[in-house]
Amino acid sequence: MSAHASSGAAPERKVPPTSVRGAAMRGVVARPGREAVEAKGWLRAHKWLLLRRASQLGILALFLVGPWLGWWIVKGNLSSSLTLGVLPLTDPFLVAQQLAAGQWPYQEALLGAGIVLAFYLLFGGRLFCSWVCPVNLVTDAAAWLRRRLGLKGGKAPSGSTRYWLLGFVLVIAAATGSLAWEWVNPVSMFHRGLIFGFGLAWGIVGGIFFYDLLIAPRGWCGHLCPQGAFYALIGRAAVVKVSADKRSACNDCMDCFAVCPEPQVIRPALKGVGQDHPLILDADCTTCGRCVDVCGKDVFRITTRFNRSES
Amino acid sequence: MAMNDKVQSSGRAEPVAPASRRRFLKDAAGVAGGAGLLALGAGMYAKQASALPATAIRPPGALPEDDFLAACVRCGLCVRDCPYKTLKLAELGDGVATGTPYFEARDIPCEMCEDIPCVVACPTGALDRALVDIAKAKMGLAVLIDQENCLNFLGLRCDVCYRVCPVIDQAITLERIHNPRSDRHAMLLPTVHSEYCTGCGKCEKACVLPGESAIKVLPIKLAQGSKAEHYLRGWEEKEAAGKSLIGDQVELPVRGLEGKAYGDTRVEPGQGPVQGGTQVPDYAPAKPAGGGLDSGWKP
Repeated sequence: MSAHASSGAAPERKVPPTSVRGAAMRGVVARPGREAVEAKGWLRAHKWLLLRRASQLGILALFLVGPWLGWWIVKGNLSSSLTLGVLPLTDPFLVAQQLAAGQWPYQEALLGAGIVLAFYLLFGGRLFCSWVCPVNLVTDAAAWLRRRLGLKGGKAPSGSTRYWLLGFVLVIAAATGSLAWEWVNPVSMFHRGLIFGFGLAWGIVGGIFFYDLLIAPRGWCGHLCPQGAFYALIGRAAVVKVSADKRSACNDCMDCFAVCPEPQVIRPALKGVGQDHPLILDADCTTCGRCVDVCGKDVFRITTRFNRSES
Repeated sequence: MAMNDKVQSSGRAEPVAPASRRRFLKDAAGVAGGAGLLALGAGMYAKQASALPATAIRPPGALPEDDFLAACVRCGLCVRDCPYKTLKLAELGDGVATGTPYFEARDIPCEMCEDIPCVVACPTGALDRALVDIAKAKMGLAVLIDQENCLNFLGLRCDVCYRVCPVIDQAITLERIHNPRSDRHAMLLPTVHSEYCTGCGKCEKACVLPGESAIKVLPIKLAQGSKAEHYLRGWEEKEAAGKSLIGDQVELPVRGLEGKAYGDTRVEPGQGPVQGGTQVPDYAPAKPAGGGLDSGWKP
């Protein structure tokens, strides 16, 4: 099955039912995780989702209690912040753009970017996407509504578009000598808008929601966002990974494929395509843990990249 | 589990047929082109939108606008540390680069804190820490832009912009000139001196006119002309050299004014020209035609 299936060619050939296209051909799964709720109970079947929402909203709350209640724990926004007056944190994606634009930042920004970079290098780049980024709430909502409404089809650009876009973002920064992407970057704009006020930025956030809902399934986070691409690149060697360590128990229900924001990362680990171990090592995996939640057979768990064992 | 132990080679590792290579290249070119267009669009929008509205003033210590837009990461730490809520982050649609800090003097001007907390807060260097003396800030330059409505230009004594100026008597002075309308009063004209003006905008905020202010802080680039470098200012050259560069000028005496300093042509009563040995009585300089009322008042 290897050559033709993975290059996605020849429609007349049999498509493996466990491939991403197989899932698409089986139709949209409206309520993935129903089995899991029956098997494990609602709370355990939403464990990682709840933790993730707590993380996203908690981080947002830390930024908001300052302007709302006057408790200045964290000042600034995700682009750059100061926690308790001592800990600087800066988005390395912004520092990368700044360097490309020809500006050398002060050491606070460099130190802050270094801390953030070290964290994501170690633990997993796209943890940012699923555990921190507020746009994830928007695109998850769009994906949920898409499943519920049974919206099928749509056209998403190639998943590699984001890497090209990342390259061009840096090129444009160098060419214009400014942080050109930050004029339109929905990720920083949404977070900044929540804290400092939106203006017309709601339009961009709404645009992403409807793009994901009506035009391209998982279009923004999974195909276009250059910031996600940046974090995927820095998280290539990170430690925290999802493992399909009980893949022998898999009953091909496809719930994990239906719920996964980057479904192409599952198959190599779950079905042993191109690798023999059950770890999802693809840098596009956001380690959101939704596959762990929705699996009624407890196939997946979050572990380290050194744990290649199966049970 | 046996099927999992065997490493299966993925499609990409195998030799690629020319047809699929061609298609891969075509797809890649399409993807790259699409991404490139997106980025180009963002870049062009950024370039086009980078013109700052004239009333949007950057915080003290801001780098020149081009460098500022390369350095500012739009985190808002300067906004948070501004004690007077002067600074705000531009929202999409404000006409200022989204997320960058600015203030509008007519709303809330800069209070010129001595410790300049906004500059200290900036982690990226978009606000330059070389600025330690707020009096040296150059956020913009005040210009008395409407001489038709300014009360002092109408001959009144408003002086509010002068009074509120934190660099009073240096950044704004009152220049006394003759009021040609009444012909006997003075006008005290608020006059801005670029050497001392920090662009804080307190004058613009304080202007008593309803609505728009007669004095406005503008970006320096907009407010100031370029210096005429080719034009040597004789008086400056003279002072620098200690003497006139073109030598002493021949001073011709003016008949009837022999006792006065050279160039002083003012004539007081009783000093008029002598005709046939007798003084012309009640000599007075001619009044400008149509200028001034003469109420006959004498001090």
